[in-house]
Amino acid sequence: MSSTHGTTKTAGAVVGPSAPERSGPTGDSPQVRAVRRRVQELLPAKTVITDHARLRTYECDGLAHYRVTPALAVLADSVDDVATTVRICAEERVPFVARGSGTGLSGGALPRADGVLIVMSRMRAIREVSAEDQRAVVEPGVINLDVTKAAAAHGYYYAPDPSSQQICSIGGNVAENSGGAHCLKYGFTSNHVTGAEFVAPDGSVVELGGRALDAPGYDLLGTVIGSEGTLGIATAVTVRLTRTPEHVVTVLAGFPSTDDAGAATSAIIGAGIVPAAIEMMDALAIEAAEAAVHCNYPEGAGAVLVVELDGPEVEVRQEFDQVERLCRDNGAFAFRVANDDVERALIWRGRKSAFAAVGRISPDYIVQDGVIPRTSLPKVLRAIAELSASSAVRVANVFHAGDGNLHPLVLFDDSEEGQGEAAEEISGKILDLCIEAGGSITGEHGVGMDKSAYMPRMFSDADLDTMQMVRCAFDPNNISNPGKIFPTPRLCGEVPGRHKGEHPLAKSGIAEIF
Amino acid sequence: MSVETVAGPALASACDDVREAVDGDSVDGVPPGHVARPASTDETAGLLRTAAELDLAVVARGAGTKLTWGTPPERVDLVLDLSRMDAVLDHAAGDLVAVAQAGCPIDRLQETLAAAGQRLAIDGTLPGTTLGGGIATNSSGPRRMLNGTFRDLMIGTTVVRADGVIAKSGGRVVKNVAGYDLGKLMTGSFGTLGVVTEAVFRLHPLPTASQVLAVDVRDATTAAALVAAVVHSDVVPTAVEVDWPAGVVAVLLEGTEQGVDSRTAATRTLLTGAGASTVDIAEQLPPWWGHHPEGVLLKLTCSLSAVGGLLQEAARQGVAVRGSAGAGVLYGGLPADAEVAAAVTVLRAFCLAAGGSLVVLAAPADVRSTVDVWGPVPALELMRAVKGQFDPHRRLSPGRFVGGI
Ligand SMILES: Cc1cc2nc3c(=O)[nH]c(=O)nc-3n(C[C@H](O)[C@H](O)[C@H](O)COP(=O)(O)OP(=O)(O)OC[C@H]3O[C@@H](n4cnc5c(N)ncnc54)[C@H](O)[C@@H]3O)c2cc1C
Repeated sequence: MSSTHGTTKTAGAVVGPSAPERSGPTGDSPQVRAVRRRVQELLPAKTVITDHARLRTYECDGLAHYRVTPALAVLADSVDDVATTVRICAEERVPFVARGSGTGLSGGALPRADGVLIVMSRMRAIREVSAEDQRAVVEPGVINLDVTKAAAAHGYYYAPDPSSQQICSIGGNVAENSGGAHCLKYGFTSNHVTGAEFVAPDGSVVELGGRALDAPGYDLLGTVIGSEGTLGIATAVTVRLTRTPEHVVTVLAGFPSTDDAGAATSAIIGAGIVPAAIEMMDALAIEAAEAAVHCNYPEGAGAVLVVELDGPEVEVRQEFDQVERLCRDNGAFAFRVANDDVERALIWRGRKSAFAAVGRISPDYIVQDGVIPRTSLPKVLRAIAELSASSAVRVANVFHAGDGNLHPLVLFDDSEEGQGEAAEEISGKILDLCIEAGGSITGEHGVGMDKSAYMPRMFSDADLDTMQMVRCAFDPNNISNPGKIFPTPRLCGEVPGRHKGEHPLAKSGIAEIF
Repeated sequence: MSVETVAGPALASACDDVREAVDGDSVDGVPPGHVARPASTDETAGLLRTAAELDLAVVARGAGTKLTWGTPPERVDLVLDLSRMDAVLDHAAGDLVAVAQAGCPIDRLQETLAAAGQRLAIDGTLPGTTLGGGIATNSSGPRRMLNGTFRDLMIGTTVVRADGVIAKSGGRVVKNVAGYDLGKLMTGSFGTLGVVTEAVFRLHPLPTASQVLAVDVRDATTAAALVAAVVHSDVVPTAVEVDWPAGVVAVLLEGTEQGVDSRTAATRTLLTGAGASTVDIAEQLPPWWGHHPEGVLLKLTCSLSAVGGLLQEAARQGVAVRGSAGAGVLYGGLPADAEVAAAVTVLRAFCLAAGGSLVVLAAPADVRSTVDVWGPVPALELMRAVKGQFDPHRRLSPGRFVGGI
């Protein structure tokens, strides 16, 4: 995987690239100048980037549609660097944004023109791997896959495996609550992180959770995971390591249509099997993958399923027999098995290349990310097909079928007048379908900048207000990655109806009896 | 006109099942004025709005099995009894998802799910425990080792805030990263942030077979070796429990018949290799399984490698220990007339050094006054700030939680 991945269009609302620049003071406000001066005084020169050309390196994350050059970047080497920077930002009321590897697909790490970008990628030490405690302690810039590499010799691995695992950082994973193909069975980042050292938006350093489970007090760690950098910055992360399974089998099944593949998926789950992964690709996605990586998927397939089973060998073999039967019962005309890592990589290659591969069949595309209850798959896929047919916008479907997480790839050619807008419209309508089906506007990529306008379709004002009460507790001045997740900020000062003076009942003379 | 006279009619206009409290309604020794049994989230919201207007302190009650956990509330005017909200609202078997009201006993939910070959992979630790009570105390049993706890399996929540506003987070799909996960914040919050009225859970298929392998063992070092042998293997135990100083290590395997048979054989070999002289194999769980020890109840957590040391230290302090050696989450019990404060001090120091904590979950009032119930809690200022946002007037279970929250 290359280190730059850019989709050119927004996946959700059409907000326009300049939105974040509009608000607040510009890069040269007195506050920003004060932060720049103070940070330069306290941190080594190599840590602070002020040069515009170098700052532009960080102007976007994986969603290249939004670009903003930060006023200043700090390449943190330590928790002290982070805490110092955040404290100064707090004192000067200047926003800051954390950045990991910049692979996020919702504009979460989009900088602020009037703020500081705190880059975590230099904090790359794996401080400890303790197989006997099933824990590793890592710095936030550590690449996801490197945790597994460090644990492998002990017979352990780090279970959350986003497709970007060769480049994305653990800090970014924590912020996005990232999952991967295998989260169907093993869960997400929130199920695999037990503790974090954390810099709160006032610059104080606190421990959340720990090495052991069930730390007393509110589960602030669980609250911070998935909060997209809006509650503060993780500077060290304690992760849970999982035993490498005894046996793994990966199968590829070709079906005439997505309906058949969907029925097979339901049958597998209905049989009480929890595969490590069930992934589906439709004909257009297969076409793209073939063009890009020659994965040699079954010819003429309207859909393929990749099913991975892992665990104790006897059970995996039993489940494998069942999966084969259920696939064939539901119309599979081709069924291939990978028994070793090389064969497995071959099967996964088509699936893992899918996002990039659509570049082979379309100059531009939007990667959408939405979730539906798995049993709604056939209905929603049909609705997507209808949307596509009625608008002449092609949609390739790649998804985590086991948990109903769709990644429709909406194809277009930006050089053709109106195509970009048409694609964005279809992409947005797909999210509406997800919401109508009782699902979610994002299963993996987060809300970020990109989908904040969609939040009110999924949540009521009261729901969003309540979430922002958490934000106000952590970040009353709204300086930690502001403008992400929530369509409108909450003013934190307004504590509703705080009693001043005498209690109303005391006043009316009834409270003393009480 | 007393506040009681005002409160009664006001509450009654929000809910048709309101009565004056009786002796049995006391919350950990603190008598409330009224008990209301709302039938819906809306009625709960109406009651909380009324409580907000009259500045009534509110404690939510499920089956009432854990109201003496933590610290007693500073004051209680209204007990919100959720026993009428006991329905399983939906079981979407094909999606492995269930929705239930907070007053639903865990066992009842399990019966419903079992009919479709599924379960919520959480143990009800005390008979009658409701979902809401389990969520509020983040209670867990032996199966947490493999499946996690409420915080891992709850995917959506409906909460009524202190000001009576209804708020939802999460949803009905397992994979979902839209917005903050308020369910995590509610889990283990002892009713101090809001009243959970409904929750959505991710389910698992019911295993078709299970076996328990139990080993009698006298010394803690061997016990630790037995635990480690199984934990660091690929037999995928659902639970690894200890009962100490009774001297038992027990392993629960669940799955298909063939699979469990072969893993039973593999586990027996592991246990024998780690020093077990005999291994008892049974389909029945041992009688002590999942039951808290008697007496003053402690919750002890530590890193996995420290479990053996903890057993040793606990035995020295006269504390009986049961729980998940495989997860490092254990429960201790000791007689109320023992040197509780001294034992708590020594064991807490041990747990803290081993990356964990010690909480005095339940103790008679006179004992509790001699100990620090929660021990040191990092990030307490942030926790207070969260409480300040959700319940600025401290009306939800005031004083029940860490740092006097
Ligand atoms: C090809 C491709 C495939 C992908 N596949 C998946 C997938 O399968 N599953 C999935 O979940 N995601 C996937 N993603 C999305 C992305 O990789 C994840 O969201 C990842 O976790 C982002 O990590 P990052 O280090 O790149 O974070 P960034 O993009 O740098 O930042 C993401 C967010 O995290 C915040 N942040 C970063 N570091 C910290 C920190 N230390 N403390 C607090 N906040 C911080 C940022 O402010 C930002 O809001 C994919 C992306 C690409 C490009």
